[in-house]
Amino acid sequence: MDQTVGHPEFLQHHFSDVEQQRESAKLGMWIFLLTEVLLFGGLFCAYSIYRSWNPEIFHNAHRFLDVYLGTLNTVVLIVSSVTMALAIRSMQLDRKKQTLIFLIVTLALAAAFLVVKYFEYSHKFHLGQLPGKFYTFTGIEGTNPHIFFSVYFLMTGLHGIHVIGGMAVITWLIFKTRGRTFSSQYYTPIEMTGLYWHLVDLIWIFLFPLFYLVG
Amino acid sequence: MNKLPDKSYLNDPKGLKSWLLTRDHKRIGLMYLYAIMTAFLLGGIFAMIIRLELLSPGKDLIDADTYNQFFTLHGAIMIFLFIIPSIPAAFGNFVLPLMIGAKDVAFPRLNLASWYIYILGSLFALYSIITGAVDTGWTFYTPYSTETTTSVISMTLGVFILGFSSIFTGLNFIVTIHKLRAPGMTWFKMPLFVWALYATAIIQVLATPVLGITLILLIIERVVGIGIFDPAMGGDPVLYQHFFWFYSHPAVYIMILPGMGIISELISVFSHKKIFGYKAIAFSSLGIAFVSFLVWGHHMFVSGQSELAAMIFSFLTFFVGIPSGIKVFNWVTTMYRGSISLEAPMLYALSFLFLFTIGGLTGIFLGALSVDVHLHDTYFIVAHFHYVMMGGTVMAFLGGLHYWWPKFWGRMYSEFWARISVALIFVGFNVTFFSQFILGSQGMPRRYYNYLDQYQPLHGFSTFGSWILGLGFVVMAVYLIHAIFRGKVAGANPWGALTFEWTTPSPPPHENFDKIPTMEHGPYDYDKIVPRSTLAESD
Amino acid sequence: MDTTGTIFLPSGHSTIAGEVDALFNFILYASIVLFLLVIFLSAYFVIRYRRQKEAGLTYGKDHNIKLEIAWTLIPTILIIIVFVWGFRTYLKMHIVPKDAIEIKVTGQKWFWSFEYPEGVTSVNEIVVPEDKPVKLLMSSKDVIHSFFVPNFRIKMDVLPNRYSVTWFEATNAGEYNLFCTEFCGTGHSEMIGKVRVVSEREYAEWLQAGTAVGEGMTLEEFGAKLYTSKACITCHSIDGSVGTGPSFKGKYGETELMASGDRVKIDENYIRESILNPQAKVVAGYAPVMPTYQGVLKSREVDALIEFIKSLQEEADTENE
Repeated sequence: MDQTVGHPEFLQHHFSDVEQQRESAKLGMWIFLLTEVLLFGGLFCAYSIYRSWNPEIFHNAHRFLDVYLGTLNTVVLIVSSVTMALAIRSMQLDRKKQTLIFLIVTLALAAAFLVVKYFEYSHKFHLGQLPGKFYTFTGIEGTNPHIFFSVYFLMTGLHGIHVIGGMAVITWLIFKTRGRTFSSQYYTPIEMTGLYWHLVDLIWIFLFPLFYLVG
Repeated sequence: MNKLPDKSYLNDPKGLKSWLLTRDHKRIGLMYLYAIMTAFLLGGIFAMIIRLELLSPGKDLIDADTYNQFFTLHGAIMIFLFIIPSIPAAFGNFVLPLMIGAKDVAFPRLNLASWYIYILGSLFALYSIITGAVDTGWTFYTPYSTETTTSVISMTLGVFILGFSSIFTGLNFIVTIHKLRAPGMTWFKMPLFVWALYATAIIQVLATPVLGITLILLIIERVVGIGIFDPAMGGDPVLYQHFFWFYSHPAVYIMILPGMGIISELISVFSHKKIFGYKAIAFSSLGIAFVSFLVWGHHMFVSGQSELAAMIFSFLTFFVGIPSGIKVFNWVTTMYRGSISLEAPMLYALSFLFLFTIGGLTGIFLGALSVDVHLHDTYFIVAHFHYVMMGGTVMAFLGGLHYWWPKFWGRMYSEFWARISVALIFVGFNVTFFSQFILGSQGMPRRYYNYLDQYQPLHGFSTFGSWILGLGFVVMAVYLIHAIFRGKVAGANPWGALTFEWTTPSPPPHENFDKIPTMEHGPYDYDKIVPRSTLAESD
Repeated sequence: MDTTGTIFLPSGHSTIAGEVDALFNFILYASIVLFLLVIFLSAYFVIRYRRQKEAGLTYGKDHNIKLEIAWTLIPTILIIIVFVWGFRTYLKMHIVPKDAIEIKVTGQKWFWSFEYPEGVTSVNEIVVPEDKPVKLLMSSKDVIHSFFVPNFRIKMDVLPNRYSVTWFEATNAGEYNLFCTEFCGTGHSEMIGKVRVVSEREYAEWLQAGTAVGEGMTLEEFGAKLYTSKACITCHSIDGSVGTGPSFKGKYGETELMASGDRVKIDENYIRESILNPQAKVVAGYAPVMPTYQGVLKSREVDALIEFIKSLQEEADTENE
C-alpha cells in the first residue's frame, strides 16, 4: 500500500482510509457520550430517590425556582443546538464564513445561558437557599429542605461545568475554522462537538421539567 | 538467528523525550507496566507489614491507627492502581493491536493521555499517604469516611482521576476492536484475549462514570456538608453503598475478565490444541459483563435491605457464577488430547485453574443468603476475594507477563528460576490464604487490628505463608530483570503460537508489522498447522 | 438445633444455626466434589498428554453439545437448590417471633450498650434467657457498626439513621463472643462484647439486680465493676499504659495539660464533666473521640466511677512509697 498517494495530512498513520478514521471517531464519541449519560444517571437516581422520600419538600422548594428564567434558558439552549447543527451543515457545504458565524452565535448563546444561571444562583445565594449545612433560608416548610437545594446545585452545577467545557471546545473550533483546518473533506471535530453539545442540551431538557415544572 | 533486530520499538526513536511523548501503544503499554509494578511493590510491602502485625494479638509492630491506614492503602493501591489497570492497560495496550493486526489503537493520543491521567491519579492517591493516609478501607463507606480526620479527599480524588484513565482505555479498546481488525479477522476469529478485553472495556465504560459521580458526591459531602449521605441531615449512608457497589461489583469483572482471556490463550498455546468451546468462552465473557451490573446488592445482605431485594440479588449472583464455571470446564477440556508443555506461563495457567476454582466455589457460599449472613465481613471474604483476585487475576497476570516477556524484550528469562518462583508463589499463596477461610468461618471479623487468642495459630500460619509468597516475588524480580539484559534471544515465536503478535519480530518494530497481516487461519488451528517454535532451535 | 463445631464452623447455639450449617456443609461437600473433578482431570490430562519433543498436529474437535449442556445444566440445578435453601433460612432470620423479648441495642465508638424492657441497661454484655426468642432493635450513635455473634450465625448492620432488626433464640447456656464487623475506626477490633445465655431463673435474678444500682457494694467496688461493664476498659487502662484515652492510674489530684493549652486539676468535678461531656476538656495528646455517657450512667454510677478512679491514686501512692 502506497502511503503517500491518497493519504491526506489529517489522516493518521494507523488508519487505512479517511472513512475508517471518521467512523472510529464517531464511535468513540458516542461511547464517550454514553459515559456522560451514566455520570448524570447517578445524579438522576439520587434525585428520584430523595424526591420519593421527601415529596413535600421537593414540592414546596421547587416553587422558589423561577420558571420564566428556566424557560428562557431552555429556549436559549435549544436555539444554540440548532445553530451548532447549522455550523456543521455549512462546513459540509464548504461555506467556511457561515460556519464561523454559526459557531460564534452558538458560543454567545452558551454565554447567555450562563449569565441567566448566574442571576438565578446569586438570587438563591442571597436568600440563603444553599446546599447542606449552608442552608439558612426559613421560608420552606418541612424537614431538611436543604436536600432539594443540594440536589439542585449538584445537577445544574455539573451541567454548568459541561456548558463551560463545551464553550472552551467551541472557542477552539472557531480558531481552527479561521485557520482553515477544516473543509468539507474533514470536519470531524466540529461534528463531534456538535454531538456533545446536543447532549448538553438534552440533559438540560431533562433538568428543566424535573426541577422547575414537576411539583 | 540469535540476534535481536537492530531497530525495534525499544530503540527507534531514541531518547527520553521520545518515550514521554510517544503515541506508540507498545511503549505506552511498557510504561504502564513499570507504573503498575511500582504500585504492586508498594501494595505488597503494605501487605507484608499487615501480616506481620497480625502474627500475634495486640501490638507487634504498629499501632491501631497505622494498621487501619495500612490495610486501607493496601486495598486501595492494589485495586485502583494495580489490578484494574494491570492486564488491560499494560498487556492490553501492548498486545491488542498486535493481536488484531493493527498498527496502533484507534486514538493513540488519548492513549498517552490516559497514561498521564493514571500517573496524576496515582500521585493524588500517594499524596494522601504523606498527608495522614486514609483509614476507611478501600470502600470509603459513609458516614465513617465523612467523619474521619484522615486525608480521604486526596485519595478519593485520586481514584476519581484514575477512573478517567480507565474510561479512556476502555473507549479506545472498543473502537479499536470494532474498526481496526486486520482483513479477514471476523468477530469469531478474534483471539479470546481480545474478546475478554472487549467485554472488560464495556464494563469500564459503563460502570466507571457512576463511581466517578459517587466519589464526587462523597468529596462534596466532606468539604461542604451537603447532607446527601449524612443521616443527621436527612441523607442516607446506605445510598452510598448502593452507588459504590454499582460500580465496584462490575469492577470485580474488570479485574478478572482480562485474566480469563489470558488463561484462554495460555492453555491453548501450551496444550498446542484448538480451544474447546470458543464461542461459549467468548459469549460467557459478554454474559458476565452484562449480569455483573445486576448483582451489586449482594455486598449488602446484612445492611438492612428488603428481603425481596436480597432474593433478587442472590438469584442473579448465582447466575454470574455459571459462565465462569463454563469457562473452567472449557479450559480443562481443551487440554484433552493436547500436547502439553509445562513452561512457566502454563504453570501459572494451571495455578490459576486450581486457585480460581476454589475462589469461584467459595463464592457460592457467599451467594447463599443464610450462609452469607454468617460469613459477611469475616476473613472468609478476605480469603475468597484473594483467591479470585490474586489466585485468579494475579496468576493470570504473571502467566501473561512470562508469556509476552520475550515479545516485550526479545529475550528469554531463566526457565529454571521461573519454576522455582512459581512453586514458591503457589505454595505461599495457599498457606497464606487458605487458613483465612477457616479463620473467617470460625467467626474472625476482617479489618481487625487485634483479635482473640483462639485465632492466633491460624493467623500465625497465614503470616508464615506471606513470607514464602514474598520470597517467590523477590526471586521473580531478580530473574526477570536479569533477563532484560542477559536473557537468551527469544526469536519471533518462542512458544509456537498462532496469533498475530508472534508473526512479527521480538521486540516488534515501531510500525508493528512490515505489512498488515491477513487472516489465513483461526487463532487456535493447531489441528491444521504446526507452528515452529523459535526457541526450540537454539536449545 | 445446635451443632457441634467443625474445622470450618464454630459450634452453633441458636435455633437457626443448624439450618445455616446444613447448607454450609452441603455447599462444602458439593464444592469438594467439583473441585476434585476439575483438579484430577487437569492433572490426568497434563500427565497423559505431556508433550514429547516436537509437537505435531493435535485433535481438532472443539465442541460437544451433550457435554456442554451437561456442564451448564448440572451446576444450574445445584445452584438453584442452594439459592432456594439459602433464601428460606434467610427469611426465617427476618421474621421475628411475636413473643420475643425486645432489647434495644446501641452501637457507638467503641462499645455496645443494651436496654431491656424493664429499664435495666448494660454495656458490652447482653444477658439473655435460653430457649426464648430475643428481638434486637438496633441503632448507632455515630458510624455504621455491625452486630455479629458467630455461635448464633446472626449478623446485622447497625445504622445511624434508622433501626435495624434481627433476632435469635439461644439454645445453650454459656458465654459467646459478640463482634463488630463493620469497620468503625481505631477501636473497631476492641468493640467486642459478650452474649451471656442463662436460665430463665437467672435472667430474672439478673434483671432484679440490674434495677438495684450496685446495692450491697461499696462505691469503690461498684465502680470497679462498672469500669469493665461500661467499657471504660476499652480505652482507659488502670496500669498506666497509654490507650486511646489516658490511663486512670495515678491521675486523680494531678494537674494535666489540656489540648486547649489550659492546665486543669483532675478532681471530682473534672471526672464528672469528662464522663458526661467528654469533649469539654480533652487532655493534650489524645483525640477527642470519647462518646458521652449522659443518659447511659445513673448518678450513683458516676459517683462510683469517681470513687474507683480515686482509689487508683491511693494504690499508685502506696507503690511509690
